[in-house]
Amino acid sequence: MAPKLPLHHPVQQSSTASDAGQASAHAAPPRGLMRWLLTTNHKEIGSLYLIFSLTMFFIGGIFALVVRAELFQPGLQLVNPEFFNQMTTMHGLIMVFAAVMPAFTGLANWMIPLQIGAPDMALPRLNNFSFWLLPVAFTLLLSTLLMPGGGPNFGWTFYAPLSTTYAPPSTTFFILSLHIAGISSILGAINIIATILNMRAPGMRMMDMPLFCWTWLITAFLLIAVMPVLAGVITMMLMDINFGTHFFNAAGGGDPVLFQHLFWFFGHPEVYIMILPAFGIVSAIIPTFARKRLFGYASMVYATAAIALLSFLVWAHHMFVVGLPLAAELFFMYTTMIIAVPTGVKVFNWITTLFRGSITFEPPMLFALAFVVLFTIGGFSGLMLAIAPADFQYHDTYFVVAHFHYVLVPGAVFAIMAGVYYWLPKWTGHYPNVKLAQWHFWLSVVGVNLTFFPMHFSGLAGMPRRIPDYALQFADFNLVSSLGAFLFGASQLLFVAVVILCVRGGEKAPARAWEGAEDLEWTVPSPAPLHTFETPPTFQRHEH
Amino acid sequence: MRTSFVWVANGMAGLVVAPAALANGWNMPVGVSDLSQEIHSLHMTIFWICVIIGVVVFGVMFYSLFKFRRSRGAKAANFHENTVVEVIWTAVPLLILIGMAVPATATLKKMYDASDAELDVMIIGQQWRWRYEYLGEEVAFNSSLSTPRAQVRGEEPRGEHYLLEVDNPLVLPINRKVRFLMTSDDVIHSWWVPDFAVKQDTIPGFVNENWVRINEPGIYRGQCAELCGMDHGFMPIVVHAMEEEEFDTWLAERREEAEQEAMGVDREWELEELMERGEGVYASICASCHQPEGQGSPPAFPALAGNQRLLDDADWHLDTVANGVPGTAMPAFRSTLNPVELAAVVTWTRNAWGNDTGDAVQPSAVVEKLAQ
Repeated sequence: MAPKLPLHHPVQQSSTASDAGQASAHAAPPRGLMRWLLTTNHKEIGSLYLIFSLTMFFIGGIFALVVRAELFQPGLQLVNPEFFNQMTTMHGLIMVFAAVMPAFTGLANWMIPLQIGAPDMALPRLNNFSFWLLPVAFTLLLSTLLMPGGGPNFGWTFYAPLSTTYAPPSTTFFILSLHIAGISSILGAINIIATILNMRAPGMRMMDMPLFCWTWLITAFLLIAVMPVLAGVITMMLMDINFGTHFFNAAGGGDPVLFQHLFWFFGHPEVYIMILPAFGIVSAIIPTFARKRLFGYASMVYATAAIALLSFLVWAHHMFVVGLPLAAELFFMYTTMIIAVPTGVKVFNWITTLFRGSITFEPPMLFALAFVVLFTIGGFSGLMLAIAPADFQYHDTYFVVAHFHYVLVPGAVFAIMAGVYYWLPKWTGHYPNVKLAQWHFWLSVVGVNLTFFPMHFSGLAGMPRRIPDYALQFADFNLVSSLGAFLFGASQLLFVAVVILCVRGGEKAPARAWEGAEDLEWTVPSPAPLHTFETPPTFQRHEH
Repeated sequence: MRTSFVWVANGMAGLVVAPAALANGWNMPVGVSDLSQEIHSLHMTIFWICVIIGVVVFGVMFYSLFKFRRSRGAKAANFHENTVVEVIWTAVPLLILIGMAVPATATLKKMYDASDAELDVMIIGQQWRWRYEYLGEEVAFNSSLSTPRAQVRGEEPRGEHYLLEVDNPLVLPINRKVRFLMTSDDVIHSWWVPDFAVKQDTIPGFVNENWVRINEPGIYRGQCAELCGMDHGFMPIVVHAMEEEEFDTWLAERREEAEQEAMGVDREWELEELMERGEGVYASICASCHQPEGQGSPPAFPALAGNQRLLDDADWHLDTVANGVPGTAMPAFRSTLNPVELAAVVTWTRNAWGNDTGDAVQPSAVVEKLAQ
């Protein structure tokens, strides 16, 4: 899906023209490996992010399958508890930091300049650097599995002192890898904000932008606000482990709960960082295939901003059983319940967009519709978790695991796949194979529900998280979950097949690949040439 | 005092929930305390609210997907905003949530009120067992998983309470308010008994407070609910709740035993007595890491059978068990094992599996060592 270098690259023309007022002359672009190492083009960097993310999805997915294989039946059959803990930890870290976040960043890189009519991102060389930090960070992280003492084994939330005093020696490298990934996110966020604020086509006001740009703009501010907090807390860990400090060690006058406050102050906005771009993608797809403008555009913008602001005020709902003072417990219960309101507003707006539309069910739409239903189910379990007294029974059980996997897998991941199916024609010039995509869709829907729905029940019945073996009353639920997990995992091979086939060929797609698609990216050819909007387009806005 | 809202919701829920509550393998237990029942009601109330909202919302959605299909000839309408509707569907959910927040607040306040307790029990999380101390009573003991590892490996058939059974359950009286003071000796653990709806993180350096008043005698089982390392899944909780007189008798018996044990520190113990006692301590405390035959799991868990340093240096051996090895997985057992238990387990280790040193470590020697 990387755009082919056009036969007549502009450079060859300008070298024969007079140099007064011409575009800057530069050497012929490199080919092969150096092309990808050095590219500053938003389309190529977008593709790099997406390919990296897809690879990491499979690695993180294999870790999950090790977990589910062990949990298939009671007893310890395949791995020992120490390794099991590494698998659950690495599954979480890879999926959050190496799969979901880079996927959204890849989509941002490809589509934001196209949607606002800009020739590229504001800071193209910084863009290249932001990407290449990621393979370094995650090679380092994955290598910790091979270090003496094994890799991180304390959960993706790495609470102290399990992750400091009692942690394996590789923890210092885990911290370094997160620092590198964090820098990548911060630089990427700066780039996105600078691009959106400065490089919109003339006539495109903020309230004219596609919602994907709005959700990414807000996400970028969240990233800049909270990634430094993560950097702070992992540096405090680094010091506790290596330099004799006691930030999180009570015996030295420190406080393990401080770790949790700092981590979740990052961690809660982080989960909104992982979902807001998904909201933007779905807000592009549903209007296209319902052939009706998004209902309540302004409300959608305000709701996204409200969610982002509120996301800073809810963090301790992850800490309801830590022993917070009553006033704090109540405050966080109330704010967590409130954040459900703007989220609900968005769901209502999508459904009202469908109402009295003219709907077709192409693959992007299938995934977007599944998102609306299944993310909402995840939202319902989230609302139940917000009820603090009840949370004492849900916390650290599979009920929580069910909740966050619903909002992340048929939530964020389905939105990513919807976006890929939606924009593949623009990237490659071909429609993805519909039959294969439909198989991918239905197998994924069945797989995802078989995997995660039973977890609501095993959690309510009393199964804690992060255990490699369980009491007999949880056996049936775990059996079904494990079968579902393998089905879901295998189905993703279909996705890879669709993408590869689409890059190589398929039914030709016109510029406006989807009849109901409205935004600026559909005015450039399919596949999009390497350089687009070198002259800003004239933007026609809707009359209000 | 329940609000009328909760009564109504409870009533509705009761009609439909009764079948669900019976299928208890699927739902949160109602539990055996007043608070656990309130929490169950809150849970069912928010659950039904979500179901109703889901039915309405998905109903409209699926209706639209069906009725407004292009293949049926649907033509798209033109509308794309409506401020009144946006205000309504912002305000109505907000009101529903306020409605939920009121009873939730009331219940939370009760959960936080541990005053006027009739019994105080200290709960200490350790890697990987629980320790219970009846405050003011000199009665204290460790509670470790008693499921044989052979069952975990599938070499023996699994019992009914697989992974949910312990050697020494926590014993509590019913109908008395029991206050828990909870902490940890190492990492964060979490003490959870679903039938009491009591869950609290046990945090090193902090003492958390919680309470229960159990209404029904019985045996109640729970698990550690915070990832705490290798055997996080293998440190369950068992509470044996009994009638008040039965409890008082039990406590008196334990108090006597503790006194005997304390006196036992001063006397001279025979090798056979120490071995017998030490075998039991080893099985419940040491075997999970160092294995039943002392073969260990090197390098993390050294072998004890044939361990040359252990054989040569009895002083180092005792010091290691009492004070641990900082920077490794070997904890200090001086706060988990009393001097008799320490003496016995060191004696056992020095003589089992062909180690055969013939050493008998006396509790009085341990007391001296601990004082250094």
